[in-house]
Amino acid sequence: MSTCLIVDDSRVIRKVARRILEALDYDVAEAADGVEALAVCNATMPEAVLLDWYMPVMDGLEFLRRLRALPEGEAVTVVVCSSETEIERIGQALAAGADEYVMKPFDTDILHAKIQEAAHFRESRLREAA
Amino acid sequence: MSVVRRDHLLFLTELLAERAGQTLAPDRLFVIESRLSPLARREGFASVAALVEAIKGGAEPRLAQAAAEALVDPESSFFRDRAPFAQFRDLILPAMARARSGKPVRVWSAGCGTGQEAYSLAIAAEHAETRTPGMSVELTATDFAEAALEKARAGLYTHFEVQRGLPIRQLVEHFERADDLWRASPRLRTRLRWGRVNHAAELPEIGRFDVVFCRYMLKDFEPGRRIAALQSLARCITPGGVLIMGEGESPLDIGAAFRQPTGARGLFQRVAAEAA
Repeated sequence: MSTCLIVDDSRVIRKVARRILEALDYDVAEAADGVEALAVCNATMPEAVLLDWYMPVMDGLEFLRRLRALPEGEAVTVVVCSSETEIERIGQALAAGADEYVMKPFDTDILHAKIQEAAHFRESRLREAA
Repeated sequence: MSVVRRDHLLFLTELLAERAGQTLAPDRLFVIESRLSPLARREGFASVAALVEAIKGGAEPRLAQAAAEALVDPESSFFRDRAPFAQFRDLILPAMARARSGKPVRVWSAGCGTGQEAYSLAIAAEHAETRTPGMSVELTATDFAEAALEKARAGLYTHFEVQRGLPIRQLVEHFERADDLWRASPRLRTRLRWGRVNHAAELPEIGRFDVVFCRYMLKDFEPGRRIAALQSLARCITPGGVLIMGEGESPLDIGAAFRQPTGARGLFQRVAAEAA
């Protein structure tokens, strides 16, 4: 079973995402900000991260840059999930290392498809780098 | 929930078959009320039954078309099933471009609905052209439903719609913001030629194509109309050209017009007319 870490300061979003991801057969871990998320990743690196952008303590993009700098961080599939919908802002998330981007609100089908798309993108990127 | 009258059900079944070639499967009967209610309200009828009576009376022919369009399954997403589009970009277009020796490869999205398949093909074609100097792809997209075509032509989609199948990098590259919606770029929109085609009737003079995507449109057709529609499609495909269908769909029961290359899922090659 793959592990997905949900990083979001909203307990409601974490709960909704957990329900969807567990139905998709993910083993789910949670963190409420970037610092907590880094601690989880340092202990056990997940296969995927569903990442909110704006959070207290450490925001999503800062976490993402630090994750990618970790020894196993390059292999993790990351889907940024935010209510930001401007092209320039989405571009910033991709430049920071996101594989995919979900605009809130989302539903089960969208989240499922985006995680698959992100995993596909990450695999091809790692293949190209090898 | 109100129950649709039996005579109305028979009338709508016939209407849908004639206008769209499709059957009203028994497990889809529940959709009649929910699909026609918005149309009835918009047109000022007190109920779906009153709307159907007006259509039967023939006072406003456009209502019959609008009802048929409302009853068709609106399921659509970008790059649906993903693999056929990668195959189109990486294998089919380069092979067809070689076979056409510099002439444009003609591609048809038959039953394009609200345009997601057509724009997916346009994106894939653009990528293929970038990688293969001299390749040129012409894209035509058709549907029987005017309302769907209007949306397709406008190229406007909601957040939910663009998130169904469209990878984020392609959204950013090929779409722009239009208030709360996303609009396909002018470059994509000008690539596509749109038209209205009803596959349940005689096809208009539309020319011949090297690649035809006809996915999930014929699955709900009446058996006889499905075969006639496939035979018409076959006449529009150049010898050696290909028909791409959805999961579980095949044209092989209509005779020898197509063959399926080994291992090619959902892809059928047009056999030369004299061999068919």
